[in-house]
Amino acid sequence: MKPITIVTGKAAILDRANVDTDQIIPKQFLKRIERTGFGQFLFYNWRFDEQGAERDDFELNHPQNKGASILIAGENFGCGSSREHAPWSLLDYGFNIIIAPSFADIFYQNCFKNGILPIKLTHEETALLMSVCTDGKQEITVDLPNQLVKAGDGFRTEFDIHPYWKELLVNGWDEISITLRYDSKIEAFEKASGI
Amino acid sequence: MGKSIIQKIWSSHQVVQEENKPDLLYIDLHYIHEVTSPQAFEGLRLKERSVRRPDRTFATMDHNVPTYNRYFIQDETARNQLDALAKNCKEFGIRLADLDSEEQGIVHVIGPELGLTNPGMTIVCGDSHTSTHGAFGALAFGIGTSEVEHVLATQTLWQTRPKTLKLQINGTLQDGVTAKDLILYIISKFGVTFGTGYVIEYCGDVISSMSMEERMTVCNMSIEGGARAGLVSPDETTFSYLKGRKYVPAGIEFEREADRWRSFASDPDAEYDKELVIEGSEISPMVSWGTNPGMCSPVDENIPTLEAAKSSSDKKSLASALQYMGLHEGMEIEAIPVQHVFIGSCTNSRMEDLRAAAQWVKGKKVKDGVRAIVVPGSQNIKKLAEAESLHLIFTQAGFEWRDSGCSMCLSMNPDYVPSGEHCASTSNRNFEGRQGAGARTHLVSPVMAAAAAVYGRFVDIRKEEYSRTEAVNSY
Repeated sequence: MKPITIVTGKAAILDRANVDTDQIIPKQFLKRIERTGFGQFLFYNWRFDEQGAERDDFELNHPQNKGASILIAGENFGCGSSREHAPWSLLDYGFNIIIAPSFADIFYQNCFKNGILPIKLTHEETALLMSVCTDGKQEITVDLPNQLVKAGDGFRTEFDIHPYWKELLVNGWDEISITLRYDSKIEAFEKASGI
Repeated sequence: MGKSIIQKIWSSHQVVQEENKPDLLYIDLHYIHEVTSPQAFEGLRLKERSVRRPDRTFATMDHNVPTYNRYFIQDETARNQLDALAKNCKEFGIRLADLDSEEQGIVHVIGPELGLTNPGMTIVCGDSHTSTHGAFGALAFGIGTSEVEHVLATQTLWQTRPKTLKLQINGTLQDGVTAKDLILYIISKFGVTFGTGYVIEYCGDVISSMSMEERMTVCNMSIEGGARAGLVSPDETTFSYLKGRKYVPAGIEFEREADRWRSFASDPDAEYDKELVIEGSEISPMVSWGTNPGMCSPVDENIPTLEAAKSSSDKKSLASALQYMGLHEGMEIEAIPVQHVFIGSCTNSRMEDLRAAAQWVKGKKVKDGVRAIVVPGSQNIKKLAEAESLHLIFTQAGFEWRDSGCSMCLSMNPDYVPSGEHCASTSNRNFEGRQGAGARTHLVSPVMAAAAAVYGRFVDIRKEEYSRTEAVNSY
């Protein structure tokens, strides 16, 4: 997993609430048995029309949002299905930071396992950040070690993150190898519980 | 101070507790299926890791499985995924309910049915509707594929302690109002995020008097209210359901287990982070009209108006939902036309669901122009239903009678709703495109779906001849 520390990138705004994982990656693309190559299907039904051409009215198709690596979205982002294909497709498309007022629990967890940083800001902060990031002034800096989001015109705010998830992202660690260090404790638990 | 069932299960499964870390939680039971597991097995292979407890892992095929001609899978990618699961289970020594197994069915239907799901357990599956198993007093939640891999390798998960929410439902439900209407009502009343960060414990007279199948329907949709898990304290209803099931111990050992299970029930003086109370009698049969499960209304009411929206963001969501659904503000729910009916899914495909629908359908006919299908949740349910001749009632009325699988709930298989058409569905999600690109889903109970098939629109089942008590108990 690629570590995340200080990242500067272009932000795209998707000002919609309750964006569910069926929209992020529709079910017809869940049949692959690989982890890679899902970016082309991200937001498929919103991005493309029936003929497969890009829809002009979808936010990520706007020319100024091409090449964005930070997504700013509405509340309850990633609700619905537990499919990890959702973070896989976001990452493969180019997003490794998602900022929203709230995330669905399963999606939020899935991000940390894939080198995506989900940042929860308040509704007001998110709205302000969206208003700052328009008219081509879309550059944002995220400083994970110091838990800061900075944007043009003096926007600067701190965010909360559990120290453990932060450590995983900053170091790009594989969680299973950490857990396997506790193998004797797992074995002792099983023995004590008679299972 | 007493403890809630959530606290009891949590504290009895903590393997590691360290500062600045989530808890390392032991996982008693891991269900897997074809869609969210292949990359997890591939991860194990790449790192030369094994499955720690194949005996605590159980696999089935459900999402991709065709519900007719099930051995003739035309979609090559679907077939590859099913083959990959069979190969992975064989290689790692995991029990699999294969296509030709009499145990095969939707993962959240067969686990309880086989007696694998027990009170006091921690249960996970790469599927958000794992919350279903909470009906047994288990802490059961959905996980992503990386966590599937983590559980396969270590039988544990790093989890932060959830907040607890007590949701009490007093009184009784009206005739014609089901467990499905209750959970849709809860989500419409409190919103699609009220449970985020929480585990919900459902309790009160309405819940205690429910059957296990009804409790499963309620717990199943906890995730649609944002909660990863929802559960019910185990009681005599739970134990009598489990007694005699395939993987449940018999005789004196059962009694011992039941005593242990009983000890997980919440203490009367347990404290919760949040408490909500509702009255069962307030609830009407519900119909969803929008693009998330919170967007639903009582069948005898109208779709809300844009003017009544609480915020500009709500107004925007409402307008966009109505545009997708091809409906207009203020429209009567009973005026919504229905071209498709789906009775099935991990929410509503069990015996009581099929009996309730069949009892109402008996002697009636599906309206011309409506296509209606019934998909039992497991091959076992299919067999039991056929033994009660329910399939004859359905087919004589014009319904199609299928093999088990996830079917039209998410249409990863040949069953789907064509673009622009409306479907009365007993499933759990009405997201855009869920039942097919452009499909318009309306979430309802099995008997409401059955009535929609006959009328070609929604009707208030309370005004029809129907008794909930009879439907559940008469067979």
